[in-house]
Amino acid sequence: MGYKTDFARVQGLGTAGDGAHHWWLHRISAVAMIPLTLLFIFPFARTLGNGYEAMIATYSNFGHALVAVLFFLVGFWHLAMGLQVVIEDYVPHKPTRVALLLGNTLFNGALAVAGILAVATILFRA
Amino acid sequence: MADVNRGNRPLSPHLTIYRLPLTAKLSILHRITGVGMVLAAILIVWWFVAAVYSPEYFATADWLLTSWIGTLVMTGSLWALWYHFCNGIRHLVWDAGRSFDLDKTERNNWIILGSSVALTVLTLIIA
Repeated sequence: MGYKTDFARVQGLGTAGDGAHHWWLHRISAVAMIPLTLLFIFPFARTLGNGYEAMIATYSNFGHALVAVLFFLVGFWHLAMGLQVVIEDYVPHKPTRVALLLGNTLFNGALAVAGILAVATILFRA
Repeated sequence: MADVNRGNRPLSPHLTIYRLPLTAKLSILHRITGVGMVLAAILIVWWFVAAVYSPEYFATADWLLTSWIGTLVMTGSLWALWYHFCNGIRHLVWDAGRSFDLDKTERNNWIILGSSVALTVLTLIIA
């Protein structure tokens, strides 16, 4: 603690400076997830557990494929932003936090691309 | 302010002693359900990717997601999704500066819990 002023204690620690922007993007993705969840979940629930033919039949349909691609794109974007906030709130140890934030971004990015590529392959193959 | 004692000051009752009202419990539940859906997200992407590889590999994924353990995870995640969906809408309403009154908040707690269960049951019936 010592004799430092409050200002000196926080000077240079900084923020990323884009918190409000992050907050706003999170809200935009949240609004987009309302129709996307309603459109994705029911066809998916009907298809799950009904075998290969049923799966290909559902997702070789352009409408279902489009919804699935948008659901993965916006969903993993929203998930990555949410997990980022959770990590920033609960992991004070800086090296661990940076490692988790990096992993979070890469992991969700990879999952989103994998999901989108899979749906696109099923659609184009049919 | 520069050199006040930041150490041995009395603290107000903290999370370990304070009985959280339902609204506070639902608030942390929003985070728990959000983080909890990671497992289902991985499984669903795996299910899609398996269908690209081969019908046999897809059969394995389709079987695992509908096995007893898969059903447990997917049904739990389905409720988590609908809870997060309903409570997320409430958060957007809050962001718009509305429904902060205590009576409305407490009424909405039960609307959200009821809707999340109803939507889960509806999805299971349709599926």
